[in-house]
Amino acid sequence: MSDSLTYAYYPGCSGAGTSMEYDMSTRSVCDKLGIRLTDIPDWSCCGSTPAHTVDHSLSSALSARNLQLVEKMDLDTAITPCPSCLTNLKTAEHRMQKDEMREKVNKLLDTPYKGGVATKSVLQILVEDFGLDALKKSTIKPLKGLKVAAYYGCIMNRPPEVMNFDDPEHPMAMDNIMKAMGATVLPFPLKVECCGASFGIPRKDVVMKLSGKLLDVADDLGVDALVTACPLCQMNLDLRQTQINSATGAKHNIPIFYYTQLMGLALGMSEKELGMDKLCVSPRKAIDAIGKEEKKIAETLLRRRLK
Amino acid sequence: MGIVNITKTYDADFVKQVEKESGQDMSLCYQCGNCTAGCPYTFAYDIPVSRIMRMVQAGQKDTVLKCKSIWLCATCESCTTRCPNNIDVAHIMDVLRHMARREGHAPVPTVKKFWDSFLDSVENNGRVFEVGLLAAYVAKTGRFWTDLDLGPKVLPKGKMHFKPHEIQGKDEIKKIFKRFEEESRK
Amino acid sequence: MKIGVFVCHCGTNIEGTVDTAAVAEAAREFPGVVFATDTMYACSEPGQDEIIEAIKEHKLDGVVVASCTPRMHEPTFRKTLERAGLNRYLFEMANIREHVSWIGRDREANTNKSVDLVRMAAAKLLNNKPLHAKYFDMNKRVMIVGGGVAGIQAALDCADGGLEVILVEKTSSIGGKMAKLDKTFPTVDCSSCILGPRMVDVAQHPNITLYACAEIEEVNGYVGNFSVKVKRKATYVDWDKCTGCGICMEKCPSKKADNPFDEELGKTTAINIPFPQAIPKKAVIDPNFCIKIKRDKCGVCAKVCPSDAIVYDQVDEFVVEEVGAVVAATGFDLVDWTVYGEYGGGQYPDVITSLQYERMLSASGPTEGHIKRPSDGKEPKNVVFIQCVGSRDKSIGRPYCSGFCCMYTAKQAILTKDHCPDSQSYVFYMDIRSPGKMFDEFTRRAQEEYNARYIRGRVSMIYPKGDKLVVRGADTLMGDQVEVDADLVVLAVGAESAHGASDLAKKLRISYDAYGFFMEGHPKLKPVETNTAGVFLAGSCQGPKDIPSSVAQGSAAAAKVLAMFAKDQLESDPAVSVVDIKRCIGCGKCISTCPFGAIKEVDFRGQPKAEVIETICQGCGICTATCPQGAIQLQHFTDNQILAEVNAVCRF
Repeated sequence: MSDSLTYAYYPGCSGAGTSMEYDMSTRSVCDKLGIRLTDIPDWSCCGSTPAHTVDHSLSSALSARNLQLVEKMDLDTAITPCPSCLTNLKTAEHRMQKDEMREKVNKLLDTPYKGGVATKSVLQILVEDFGLDALKKSTIKPLKGLKVAAYYGCIMNRPPEVMNFDDPEHPMAMDNIMKAMGATVLPFPLKVECCGASFGIPRKDVVMKLSGKLLDVADDLGVDALVTACPLCQMNLDLRQTQINSATGAKHNIPIFYYTQLMGLALGMSEKELGMDKLCVSPRKAIDAIGKEEKKIAETLLRRRLK
Repeated sequence: MGIVNITKTYDADFVKQVEKESGQDMSLCYQCGNCTAGCPYTFAYDIPVSRIMRMVQAGQKDTVLKCKSIWLCATCESCTTRCPNNIDVAHIMDVLRHMARREGHAPVPTVKKFWDSFLDSVENNGRVFEVGLLAAYVAKTGRFWTDLDLGPKVLPKGKMHFKPHEIQGKDEIKKIFKRFEEESRK
Repeated sequence: MKIGVFVCHCGTNIEGTVDTAAVAEAAREFPGVVFATDTMYACSEPGQDEIIEAIKEHKLDGVVVASCTPRMHEPTFRKTLERAGLNRYLFEMANIREHVSWIGRDREANTNKSVDLVRMAAAKLLNNKPLHAKYFDMNKRVMIVGGGVAGIQAALDCADGGLEVILVEKTSSIGGKMAKLDKTFPTVDCSSCILGPRMVDVAQHPNITLYACAEIEEVNGYVGNFSVKVKRKATYVDWDKCTGCGICMEKCPSKKADNPFDEELGKTTAINIPFPQAIPKKAVIDPNFCIKIKRDKCGVCAKVCPSDAIVYDQVDEFVVEEVGAVVAATGFDLVDWTVYGEYGGGQYPDVITSLQYERMLSASGPTEGHIKRPSDGKEPKNVVFIQCVGSRDKSIGRPYCSGFCCMYTAKQAILTKDHCPDSQSYVFYMDIRSPGKMFDEFTRRAQEEYNARYIRGRVSMIYPKGDKLVVRGADTLMGDQVEVDADLVVLAVGAESAHGASDLAKKLRISYDAYGFFMEGHPKLKPVETNTAGVFLAGSCQGPKDIPSSVAQGSAAAAKVLAMFAKDQLESDPAVSVVDIKRCIGCGKCISTCPFGAIKEVDFRGQPKAEVIETICQGCGICTATCPQGAIQLQHFTDNQILAEVNAVCRF
């Protein structure tokens, strides 16, 4: 089962930059679990939001170039950690099922794309192909004592007709992974509410407000940390947390993990290989909360025995 | 506010064009307001999304294509997911942006410039070069203070590369943009 | 045969796109036709007189009318022929309106097609034979299925009219949805105070037999002579002995049983009488929660029952009732609102349904008439009502308006203020639909006198924040997004067809629409009839209805039953199948394919033969198509008659 899982891997542009810890932790977690990721050779940018705001054939062409490369690899499934890339690759496939659009897009490409490559999120294959039971069994250092909430962002599951994974209003994939690996998961009420997306640079005020609200709700819940699956969400909540604090007068200090980083800890990996040092809000307190109770009990027992 | 003569100002071609490009049937909208209710960006909009839907129904081309809202929509899909009439509202917003671009409207210049800088970066390198993107945006807008405060936070993390990662097939990408421009001019 | 042809203009309906004079002209050349004319309105009195005069003048013995669908006017023209002394089966109709003029604009093509249709009708008519109806007896008893307010009304009206009534109710008490309501709109009078006496009347009426906890298992027979098998579900209590004293409920230790009467707002005991006014007031054990039945322990109810009524090993029983008519009054159920993930999908305890709210408002409900939040029992201050949850929503396959939610929401807003004077109600609506006597005034009162704040717009999401629920909606009139910090959210959940309605429809052989609501005979003129003779409808099983409309339909259905039973005998349609005994080889294929069980095997000089029971045969013709020998023929639609039509249209 798990040893035969092989996928074409699309890291996405931010994976080499601002979300490198997501890429690092995704690769090491998959490696540990025996999931084989083969990078799509010479992959290019999916076009992200800016491309589809200009034109759908342009956006689809930028994505389809990559799907066509997957076709060449003789693999039928591509996976990506980034929801924005995921949406673009899936939407391109979806739109190109119509003859008119396919012709229009293929006119823009050097090598035409026939269609038929399925793109999934790393999250989806972890839950559906690898399985929660197997994850539970692979857990070496359970995340006991760590209180988290999962924030999925707006496009991981929406619109359901295209994304076709998990519940569009109350997704559970990350909640279930975190639970399976021992964490205490609190229900996050705004799981799919948008964080402000790519407006951080051109309209910072928008991100301050929307991401600020998410952090407020997380504080209300009393979590040790949030887990995310999106480079943009993570950046807005982590990198911009100090900006949010100064813009709104709040005093948030919430570590924002990629879910793969916490998975890595549970699988016994080092903080270094999971890129914990790349996070802006220090994850120290949250990481130290893991197994704290157990450690205390063990110490007490040890002390008693020494006496 | 003036009187809108809905006979004279109704632009039937505009309604048809929006329907054609989006594949959506505007008459399905019964103005329940669910899209506005769910839209996280309503606070930043000049016209809430349900009113944009109404104005498209009413054929008010100029008001719609000149509004700021269509540039502030993040395509978060909240409207599309919850529409009781299964209208892909986010798709319509996207199509309105396309039309506005073609007509030369850009009432939120920073957003357009950011998106343009992003695409320039893709066109030149095949992948987005983040530092270059930011620099290009600052150059375009003159907003040199953009995220200056974040520098000390990010730089020591070793995340920012100061040279673009060029891919072998970058000419292919350039050609995509070139052919797109040629097709658009047709 | 001398045939007369009448081509109707139907005003401009037909004449607008068909040259009727040309059709008549062409018809004069058809075999057998001795007279043909066009006519303005064939169905009008002068139109019919013209037909009668022509029959007399030209000694016609067959008539073709080319006009509308036979569903509309075939009975009219058959009577016209009878008045002229002709047998009604010597008449044929060509549908040149629905099949021609209404569907095409090309006048020449339409005229040609009309000519063909008339040619076919005349060709068939040449093969028609006089047929004569037979008369048969009927069983003047009626079964009402469903004991809600519509069924109760139908039962009482029929019983008062002297009929023997069998009332079958699925749950353990009659009363239906109305029994769950606290008050009714727009008079705000107590629901159980007005329904209660009628329920008692049912219990006490000498002409009514009530089967509660019962369901229809099987329906056989035909109009006038139905045979209905009723399943009386095990209640584990001997109802002949049970006095409804309620001691068993007091002592039952299993207190976490499902509570459908209170819409699962709170739990109840495993042995239960759902409410004080229940009819019959008899206890029922829920076997899923009874400790004795599940684990053979306890047995407290049997010990405390003063009348020795508890029977733990009771099983389902079946009774067969012979009736002449059936009234379906099975009501509605609520849409499963948990499909709305954006409203919490059922995970927030303080988001409840309007029917749950009714139980909360009711003095006999789980909170004894006090409005309390399910989460913490606190009295709410801000109560948000959301209308159209599961109504007017194509995305969940419920595009229709449920009709009564606007009104009961206004009522609930008013009652909220009565119960909690410090409270503030907010009502999110899309349109206020209040077309009834004093209805619109009522919704105004909710706003003007009771200060309910009405907000025009849907709600997109509800999420918890502290001990409040944030309701985020739109105020489309203000043109903005709005948020309310709510203590309690009440969803005006829409109506859908009762669960199991389609199964019952199949048993009764009546049609139902895409949403499971039963189809009436005609949307305007046959509101309580169905297309199956002898089966009638009342109440929300036909579509969502408020109480007055349901009651009106109950009475209407009763009137239809009484009118039918006022005849001495019923007339059978002679257009039924007949077996040619000489050609029948007794293979029995017709018997196995007949959907109505109208064909039986008989012994004819030692040979098996098929025989049609005329009164059961519905004239569908399946047997005719099945018979390998061509031995079974549907009268008025024999192979020869149909082939004559085919030959007339395929001439080249």
